[in-house]
Amino acid sequence: MKHFKVIWIVVLFLAGMISSCNSCNKKKVPEVQVEVDTEIIENINQAKKIFYSLPSPLETAMLIKTAGATYNEKLLNPLSNVTNYTTTKSMALNLGIYTTDLSFASLFDQTQTAINYMQAAKKLANGLGILDAIDNKTIQRLEENINNRDVIMDIISETFMSTSSFLKENDRTAVASIVLVGGWIEGLYIGTSLIDPNNLKDNKLVERVVDQKLSLDIVLKLLEENKNNPDVASVYVEMNELKKIFDKIEIKTSKVEAVTDKATNVTTLKSTSKQIVTPEVFKELTEKIRSIRSNFIM
Amino acid sequence: MKKIFSIVLLFIVTLGAFDASAQCKGFAKKICKAALDPYIHDGNFHAAVLTEGEEAELYKTFYSDTEYRIAVCGSEQLPKIEFKVVDANNNVLYSNKEHNYATTWDFRLSSSQQLKIVIKVLTSTTNVENVQSGCVAIMFGFKESK
Repeated sequence: MKHFKVIWIVVLFLAGMISSCNSCNKKKVPEVQVEVDTEIIENINQAKKIFYSLPSPLETAMLIKTAGATYNEKLLNPLSNVTNYTTTKSMALNLGIYTTDLSFASLFDQTQTAINYMQAAKKLANGLGILDAIDNKTIQRLEENINNRDVIMDIISETFMSTSSFLKENDRTAVASIVLVGGWIEGLYIGTSLIDPNNLKDNKLVERVVDQKLSLDIVLKLLEENKNNPDVASVYVEMNELKKIFDKIEIKTSKVEAVTDKATNVTTLKSTSKQIVTPEVFKELTEKIRSIRSNFIM
Repeated sequence: MKKIFSIVLLFIVTLGAFDASAQCKGFAKKICKAALDPYIHDGNFHAAVLTEGEEAELYKTFYSDTEYRIAVCGSEQLPKIEFKVVDANNNVLYSNKEHNYATTWDFRLSSSQQLKIVIKVLTSTTNVENVQSGCVAIMFGFKESK
C-alpha cells in the first residue's frame, strides 16, 4: 500500500511535468539513483510502439482498379441507406464503406457520384462527432476540381487523414479501426462481385482478392488492440470467420531479392508467388464477404 | 524498488503514446506528407513521440503492380532516424543507414508481401540530461506501377 502511494506521487509529478511541457524539446530526466537491470529494459522494449497499417479506402479502390475492375455503380452502398446508421458501429463501418465507394467512383472519374458519397461520409463523420474533417469547404473543393483527378485524390486522402487523426487524438482508436475494416471489406466486396466465377484462372482481380489474406492478419492484430470494445469484439468475430476461409488458401512466395534501378532509383523487390485456391473455396469466400458486407450496410 | 521504478517508467512511456497523435498531426501533415510528392498519400497516419534510442515497428502489406514511397520523418530536434524494411523471414531488404539516412525509399514488388518497417531514433549523446524526444511519422504514397 505504501508502495502504491509512492508510485502515484511520482506518476502525478511526472505527468504534470509532461503535460505542462508539451512544447519543450529537452526532457529533464529526474536524478534518481536506480539500479537499471535487464528486466526493466525488457519491460520498456515490450511497450515499444507497434503500428498495424491496413490499406486505406483510397489504396483499396486503387488496388481494385489496377487489377482490371470496371465501374459499376450498382455495387456501391446506396446513399439512401445513410439515414439507417445511428449507432457508433454502423456509422464507423459505413464511413469506411462510403469512403471506399467515393474513392472508387473518383478513380473512374465519376466525380458527381464521388461528391454525393462525400456528402454521405460527412453526415456519418458528423454523427461520430468527428469535427471539421469533412466540411462544406471539402465539398466545394471537390466541385471546383471536378475534372482534376489528382486534386480530387488529394482531397480524399487529406479527408481520411483528418478523420483518422481526429479519432486517434481523441483516444477513439477502436472507432478508427472499425472505419478501416469497413473500407477494406467494401473493397473485397466490389472486387469479388466483379469476378466471373467461371473465369478464375490468370485473373488479376482474383489474385488481388487472394492477396488480402496477407492483410487479414493485420486486420486481426489491429482489432485485437481494442478487443475490449464491444463493437470491435463483434467485428473481430466476423473477421475470424473470414480467416477460416482464407486459411484454406495457400500463398507460396520465394525468397525476396532487392534490385535497384540506378537510373530511376526505384528498387524492385523480386520474388515469385503462387496462389493455390480452388473454385469451391473462392465461391465460399465470395459468399462470406457478401454476407459480412450485407450485415455491415444493413 | 526496481519493480516500482519499472512500473513508473512503463506508465510514462504509455502516457507519451497517448499524447503522440495530438503533437504529431501538424508535423506529419506539413513535413512528412510533402516528402511523398509526386506519389499519392494513401491517407493513413502513423506517428508517435519517440525518445533517442527508442524503436517502433510498422506492419503493412504491399501489393504487386504498385509503386510505393515510404517517408520516415522526425522532428528537427531529433538525431537521425534509421529505418529498415524487413520481409516475413526477417531478411533486411533495405536499410537507410547504407544510404546516408535517407528519409524516403521508392520501391515496387513483383509479388505482394507483408513487410515490417523498423525505425530507430539514433542517440546523439551519452548525457541523459540532453536526451531529446520528438515526433516521428511514417507515411506511404503510391502510384500505379508502369
